[in-house]
Formats: sequence, C-alpha cells, structure tokens
Amino acid sequence: MPKTLTTETLPESAPEQSAPLNTVPLRRARRERILSFVMPVVMLCAAIGFWEFQVWYHEIPKYLIPAPSVIAQTLVTDGPSLMASAWFTVKLTFFSLLLAIIGGVILGALFALSRPVELSLFPFAVILQVTPVIAIAPLILIYVDSTFAALLICAWIVAFFPILSNTVIGLRSADHNLRDLFTLYNATPWQRLRYLLVPSALPYFMAALKVAGGLSLIGAVVAEFVAGAAGQNTGLASRIIESSFRSEIPRMFAALVLVSLLGIAIFLLTNWASRKVLGHWHESELQRES
Amino acid sequence: MTGQPIIIMDRVSKRFGETVLAVDNMSLTINEGDFVTFLGPSGCGKSTALKVISGLLPVTSGTITITPPTGETEQDLGFVFQDPTLMPWATAYQNVFLPLKLAGIKPDQAGPRVTEALKEVGLSKFADAYPRELSGGMKMRVSIARALVTRPRILLMDEPFAALDEMTRSKLNNDVTQLAKEHNLTVIFVTHSVFESVYLSTRVMIMAARPGRLAAEMSLETPWPRTEDWRTSAAFSAEAHRISEALKRTLDAEDIDH
Repeated sequence: MPKTLTTETLPESAPEQSAPLNTVPLRRARRERILSFVMPVVMLCAAIGFWEFQVWYHEIPKYLIPAPSVIAQTLVTDGPSLMASAWFTVKLTFFSLLLAIIGGVILGALFALSRPVELSLFPFAVILQVTPVIAIAPLILIYVDSTFAALLICAWIVAFFPILSNTVIGLRSADHNLRDLFTLYNATPWQRLRYLLVPSALPYFMAALKVAGGLSLIGAVVAEFVAGAAGQNTGLASRIIESSFRSEIPRMFAALVLVSLLGIAIFLLTNWASRKVLGHWHESELQRES
Repeated sequence: MTGQPIIIMDRVSKRFGETVLAVDNMSLTINEGDFVTFLGPSGCGKSTALKVISGLLPVTSGTITITPPTGETEQDLGFVFQDPTLMPWATAYQNVFLPLKLAGIKPDQAGPRVTEALKEVGLSKFADAYPRELSGGMKMRVSIARALVTRPRILLMDEPFAALDEMTRSKLNNDVTQLAKEHNLTVIFVTHSVFESVYLSTRVMIMAARPGRLAAEMSLETPWPRTEDWRTSAAFSAEAHRISEALKRTLDAEDIDH
C-alpha cells in the first residue's frame, strides 16, 4: 500500500504548533456577533413602527390600543409613581429569588446527603410545586399579616422548586471515579463538598437559576394580582389592575412594558451569571469557534 | 531489580451480592520495583482486584498487607483510572495540585512539586489549560502527574491507555516505564492487550473470568525498561506469542467449564 502523506499531526504535538494567521473565521465570528445583536433590535423597531403606523392610519382610539408613542409618553408622565411600583416588584422578585436560592440549596443539600430526609420531605415540595400558586395565594394573604411577606411567600413557592430539584440532581451527579479519587486521598466531608460536589452541581444549579429567575417574577406578579390594588406600597401588577379598573389603557401598557423589561433584565442577569460561572469549562456555556 | 515484598495478597476474595464472585481466592506477592500487569478478558475481575488492593473496595475474605511506607509521602498509592478522571472546572495545574490540597498542603509549598510533576509528564506549557483543551493523551498525562505528585511507592493503573490511539499509547507506555524506573515505583497495570503487557511488565498475571481468579503467572526476563527497538524485535514477538498461548489456554479452559 502506498504511503499517503496527511496534514494531520499527532495529538500530542498539535497544540504546540502556532496557528496559521487565518482571520476569515475571526471576521465571520465578529459579523455573527454583530448580527445577533442588530437583527433583534431592527426587528423590534420595525414591529413598533408598524404598530405606531397602524394605530395612526386606522385612527384607533388610545383606550382600545394606545400607540407606542402614547405609551412612552405615559411612561414619562407617570414615571415617578410607576418607578415606585417597579421598585416594589423588583424588591419582591429578587428577595423571593434569593430566598428560593437559600432554601432550595440548603434543602437540596439535605436531600442529597440523606435519603430519609428526602423521602419524608420531598412530597411536601411536590405538593407546593403542583398546586397553582394563584390558588394558595388568597389563603396566604389571609394568614400572613404583612402583605409584602405574603407576596414574598407566594413568589418563593414558585421559584423554589427548580432550585431544589436541580441542586439535588447536581450534588448527586459527581463523576464516580472522581468520588473514588477523593476517597483514595482521604478527603474530609467538607473537602468533598467544596471541591467536588459543589462544582459538579453548578451547571445544574445555574440552569435552575435561569428558570427560577423568570418564575420568581411570575410568582410576584400573580401574587400581586391576587392581593389586588389594596395598600400603599403596590407593585406593577397592582398598577395594571388599578389601571384596568379606571380604563387607563396606556398606563396598563406602560406598566406591562416595565414588567417585561424587568423580566428581560432577570433573563440577561442570570444568563450572564451562568456564563461567568461556567464559561471557562462547561459545555453549555463554551463559545464554539466555527 | 526487585526488592522486598511490598504487597501481599493472601486468599483474597471479593463478592458482589450473593451471586457474583468477582475475585476468587487470589494470593499474590508483589515485590518492590515490580511492574506487574493483570491481563485478561473483560469481566475477569482485574479492575476489581485493583480496587480491592487500593482499598476503594473492601475485601469479602482474605487479607491484603501493604508494608508501611518509610519515606515522606502524602499518599502511598497512586491510582490512574481508565478515564483521565480530571475535574473539568479546574486547570491541569489545579488537577495535579488536588491530592496535596486534600492533604492540607499550602499552595506555595505544593507549587514546586506540582510544577515538577507536570514537567515530568511533559506538560509544563499546559499548566493553565483546562482538560477540554487537552488531547486524550495529554489528559492521561495530567492524570499520571496527579498520581505521582504525592510521591507514592505504588502506582495502580486501570487500563489507562485503552481509549488512546496506537501512537499515543506507545509513547505513554515508554514514559510510564521510564517514570516507574526513576521513582522506583511498584506498578500494577491492568490491561487486556497482550502486547502492552509484554512490553511494559516484568511479571504478567493472567486472569480468568467467572469467577475472576489468577490463572497463570509468567515472568519476562528481558531487561527492563525496554526500548522502542525491542517492540519490533523477534524476541518481542516470541514473548507475545508465549503470553498469548497461555491466555488462549485459559480462555479455552473457561469455554469447557461453561
């Protein structure tokens, strides 16, 4: 058989070779990055423009469908009061997310460490998860004096479960050979947790965080809806209800825009956190070159 | 070349559950400086035997005596798994540092030793690389560096090169024997490759399956460590033939049993 020359090198020596200066993939990647930012922005602007045009062209009254410009105007004129409500919802959402993380991680760790604890407490977690929060919220609002605390509990119930279940799976997902290795080197339980189980669980935890971030906002909004517009300090959802009672449609839209922006902010934040934590090693967050 | 007994297995058995007898009545004395391979078909209990020796699995009956270490060592046993078994979130350096970190050694004290271990396996330049950035062979080198960083006397290797290509495998075979000689290591190497066992070892233990047991022991008298030239010599072929025949006899006997 004739010997064929190939351009392949041995795996051992491959990384030592200096890469030839080929800028085409780099340029392509850059273009891809710009496009991935520009395209959604262009499409969004086009949609808003189309909306504005349709409202103007058909002369749709603002109590039916307000034009984007009217919504923007409302955002400015009602700005201070809407911002106060937005701040309330932000606090509620992030506080409940924080509690969900703390509760989910602690309980998840207990579940992962002890089978009896898991068996005895898991049904409660499932009941909390499968019962729609909107059905429990009125009860919680009756039993808990502070409205904020009641809303917090509702939002927490929704956000808590993904963190719990993923933490349990994550802590159990450590490679069995690595477990053996830690046994061989006489690792203490604390070392095992810190250097093996927690890093192994991180990808699962970050995935749960992305879900729980969105859920905590949903939980907060749903709870506010149930609580209604009562009270001094109210969030964006309460403002939406309040505006609907008064048929102030532009303000409903303005509050809705703020809720959406908050949701987007949470999404970006959790994605950024995930990339920050996993970006250098985990498949899910690796940047592919091609 | 070989010295005092370092591992003594006396009628060791390992049973999983009621039915599976993974290792049956295995008695074996391994001397300091021996390079022993456990050779046998899949499921003959060779990996189990290795895990029992390492203490990762308790014996069901019998005793394993490992003579107490004399020198300075954090962990007397180095273990290299079939997969590189690296922490994907940690760099090559951090992976090699792990055994010393678990032994409570401070990073500044451990530093020179980790660097030295990486140098010995030829990966000085890749200390800061993550496992995903390394080739299969390089990952295995990190795994070997990690096993050596505690200055063990005994190195246990569980089919470490089975998943590697032939060229990388030959190179690592040479490197492992070289390291074993330099550090005066006693090595137990599990493999199902006759050629690998012939090239690497001073003693070949042929194992038979169901139940897993020692079927034959063969010594290789060719000076050790061997050179690349020997791999293509007639003498190598003859040794490989001799071991293959013994292995074949073992397998045939099994077929008659069942």
